[in-house]
Amino acid sequence: MTPAFLSEQATLAILDDFRSGQHRGVVVDSPPGAGKSTLVVRAAAELVEDGQRLMIVAQTNEQVDDLTVNLAGRLPGALIGRLSGGSYVRSERLARLANVACDTAVAALTGCAVTIATAAKWAYVKDHSWEWAIVDEAYQMRSDALLAVAPRFERALFVGDPGQLDPFSVVENDRWRGLTWDPMQSAVAGLLRNNPGLPVHRLPVSWRLPSTAQPVIAPAFYPFTGFRTGTGPGERELTYTTTGFGRTPVDRVLATAASSGWGYLELPARHTMRTDGEAVEAVADVARRFLHRGTMARSGDKVEPVTADRIAVGAAHRDQVAALQAALADAPGITVDTANRLQGREYDVTVVLHPLSGRRDATAFHLEAGRLCVLTSRHRQACVVVGRAGIHELLDAHPSVEPVHLHEPVKFPDGWAANQTVMTHLEQHRVPA
Amino acid sequence: MSAISSYARALAVDGGRAFPIATRRHVHIAGEPLVLIPLTMAGEANAPLAAMVGTRRDDPALLIVPQPRNRDLRFAFADELAAVVLRYVEDRTRQGIETYGKNQDPRYLDAPQLLVPNPGGVGFVRLFGRSTRFRRTTGEYAVSPDVPLLGRWLSFLAERAEHPGSSALLPMTSALNLHWATGQSSLEDTNLAATLGWITSGPDAAREAEDPTVWPPAGPSTDPTFDNEILAPALRQWDEGRHERARALLDRDLRTQLEPTWRLMWQAIDLLRALPAGDSVDARWTEDRNEFTSYYMYVNSGGYPQPRRDQAVAAARRLQRLEREQTAFDATLALDDPLVMANYRVTGEAFAGTVVESEPDRKVPGDKGRRVLRPLLVVRSDDPLRLTVGTDVVSPGRRKQVAKILEIDGDRVTLQIEKGMTVAPTPAVGEEITYTSVFPEGMQSPKLPTAEDTPWTHGGPPQPYVASDDDAREVWE
Repeated sequence: MTPAFLSEQATLAILDDFRSGQHRGVVVDSPPGAGKSTLVVRAAAELVEDGQRLMIVAQTNEQVDDLTVNLAGRLPGALIGRLSGGSYVRSERLARLANVACDTAVAALTGCAVTIATAAKWAYVKDHSWEWAIVDEAYQMRSDALLAVAPRFERALFVGDPGQLDPFSVVENDRWRGLTWDPMQSAVAGLLRNNPGLPVHRLPVSWRLPSTAQPVIAPAFYPFTGFRTGTGPGERELTYTTTGFGRTPVDRVLATAASSGWGYLELPARHTMRTDGEAVEAVADVARRFLHRGTMARSGDKVEPVTADRIAVGAAHRDQVAALQAALADAPGITVDTANRLQGREYDVTVVLHPLSGRRDATAFHLEAGRLCVLTSRHRQACVVVGRAGIHELLDAHPSVEPVHLHEPVKFPDGWAANQTVMTHLEQHRVPA
Repeated sequence: MSAISSYARALAVDGGRAFPIATRRHVHIAGEPLVLIPLTMAGEANAPLAAMVGTRRDDPALLIVPQPRNRDLRFAFADELAAVVLRYVEDRTRQGIETYGKNQDPRYLDAPQLLVPNPGGVGFVRLFGRSTRFRRTTGEYAVSPDVPLLGRWLSFLAERAEHPGSSALLPMTSALNLHWATGQSSLEDTNLAATLGWITSGPDAAREAEDPTVWPPAGPSTDPTFDNEILAPALRQWDEGRHERARALLDRDLRTQLEPTWRLMWQAIDLLRALPAGDSVDARWTEDRNEFTSYYMYVNSGGYPQPRRDQAVAAARRLQRLEREQTAFDATLALDDPLVMANYRVTGEAFAGTVVESEPDRKVPGDKGRRVLRPLLVVRSDDPLRLTVGTDVVSPGRRKQVAKILEIDGDRVTLQIEKGMTVAPTPAVGEEITYTSVFPEGMQSPKLPTAEDTPWTHGGPPQPYVASDDDAREVWE
């Protein structure tokens, strides 16, 4: 069975279940780049073509804008309402679309077939409700955010990637542990614990990730369900139009990345501050080198240059991102961001500062499976990880020690195990700096 | 751990003395705090063994349970503790009352403050509150009417302790660790004797604190050797019917376990009182007074005991509030204290420098075409700045005056004052000033559905609470 066939079968089953009206909620788990947005747009379009009105909940303004553009293209005859907060500035790509209405008040968008906004904005909408809703990136949404928007709809399709980062709170409090409505858990986790009978579907094919990513990402982060990549060996290729001068570690890691889809540039072991100057420089050098070498990405028959906007640099902490941004000030097109903000994005190549690089300890934050999963699954071609030697030893010295709480489902995959799996694989592509 | 506190810990190890990480006191210490040192019996879930409690350092009351496995004796202890706590709570209301706000809401001038030695003490208060607040005062297993009331007040204080910035129930070690970095691990930091040792004399004192014969554990757990060699024989006396003898033994021996910690508690209070209070401490204590006033009135009007667990809507609402308070607490701590602000200067979220240019009368075209006052200033700073153009910042001395970063050029930061030009003059050339993006904004939280409208995604509306005898029966036997 071809990947396209598998994927279509899964999509049809999801749409059938959603439209059947038998379930108030349908959950779709999707590995990275499995066509989540395509599914959302298709489900919305089919509802609209049936004469229905619906609301869509996404998590960030960027996601909302992406969906709005896609929907406006797919439904040229329908009016799409883009509901926004007061401080939102309409992006240019939205301003160009004739069938998109933007407003801060939902009353001004009553004629729209689809109304779309962030969960934060929906929480302020009162006195309006919809029969149908689609909640996108539902695993990024916190359960209390769903509580605020749930009165707005009758039935909903929840789409998201269970491997991504769990939602986050500045507050540490165990008082709700074990309750099915624990507001700190993800929206989907809470939904399924309160409504155990809801159907859960799975998108089986990742269209984004290259075939080289499957043997790492699938066992590390989707150990029970797995996924396959849409492209096989040889269908994607990374080439450089210029030759590296000399044999620097950076050029060697680029060569490894081109041949295997992975590269691990290992700096000498050292305990450092979070904003490790050498590591930051190394990450910036690798990212810049992709530009300087005139990188070309082939996918099937299509060959395109890897321009700055096709490169992303990811790190765990905001101060690391700020340091990386400063180091890459001469390459402004390159996206530099934290794992949280890179969720849902896609690039040709990514350069990642390993969350455990230079650390003395491995905390729950740094071990979180979702963080590493986001950072290592944004690429279509290759991912280069930069870190200090000793990450394996650090992991061995810090097994997960998270307490287990009564009535709380055990979360898989375990971040410690996922980190070990990824490190074991990366070490096969190690280039010492 | 922040860079500053990591560095301070290194300095503490190097210098053999705790190193200050705050220049101001960030907790409120009441004029008359109630100090409570609880002890529990090993092997029994939160079974009280003894407590030393009081508001005056020279007059502690010692309460003991001569056989902690006997529930009637436990609730007799609860009754004795209730007498102390309820009188203390009542006394707070006698300090006077004021009104505030548009609606002239009442607010007591004082509020209860319970000080316990360590986070374990907070856990004891929470669990003991839970085990007493549902007790019935009639019928089977009846307890004194004060016991369920004690349970409510202990539960109230334990719930307040979850709120960032509240000083209603403070574990002393946490209060000290907010102000001093020691050269020991964070686990060792929960040992009151060791932490005070680092602050007042150095690591030798901290090492001595590990000896349970010199410094008995500050509770709620007792030292196992004490349990085996002293406590067990005394309890046996009780079990064999020699009650007088048992009480006399326990009274003597438990006093030796509690008195050293009692002295440490007051020593810690003195240390904290010696620090000048941060500017926002009073406002945070006012919030404690507000909460006390409304709970006092709720209890007096015959309200229910606190529910065992939050329902879906209540949980979400509480989380929103805790998050708001945490953000505000973190920000005001830094604005109150330059040493805390240094953390943000290290991470690039704040910068300090000298004003090198200032245009207090600058006007720019506003939205409606009129020219509006937007003073401009340029600050030269050597800090590693990681703020971006367009970020709003405030200065500790000018919290209501919001400036926006217009340009960053090397070590020169150009700022435009956006709000609050009149609350303070524009900083003048030559002035030393700190700006930070970390400040308590008027964070809004969306309205959540009411409990009766809990949506299907969260299990639908909960069953309304009906008080019943089952509440009390739960855990007696």
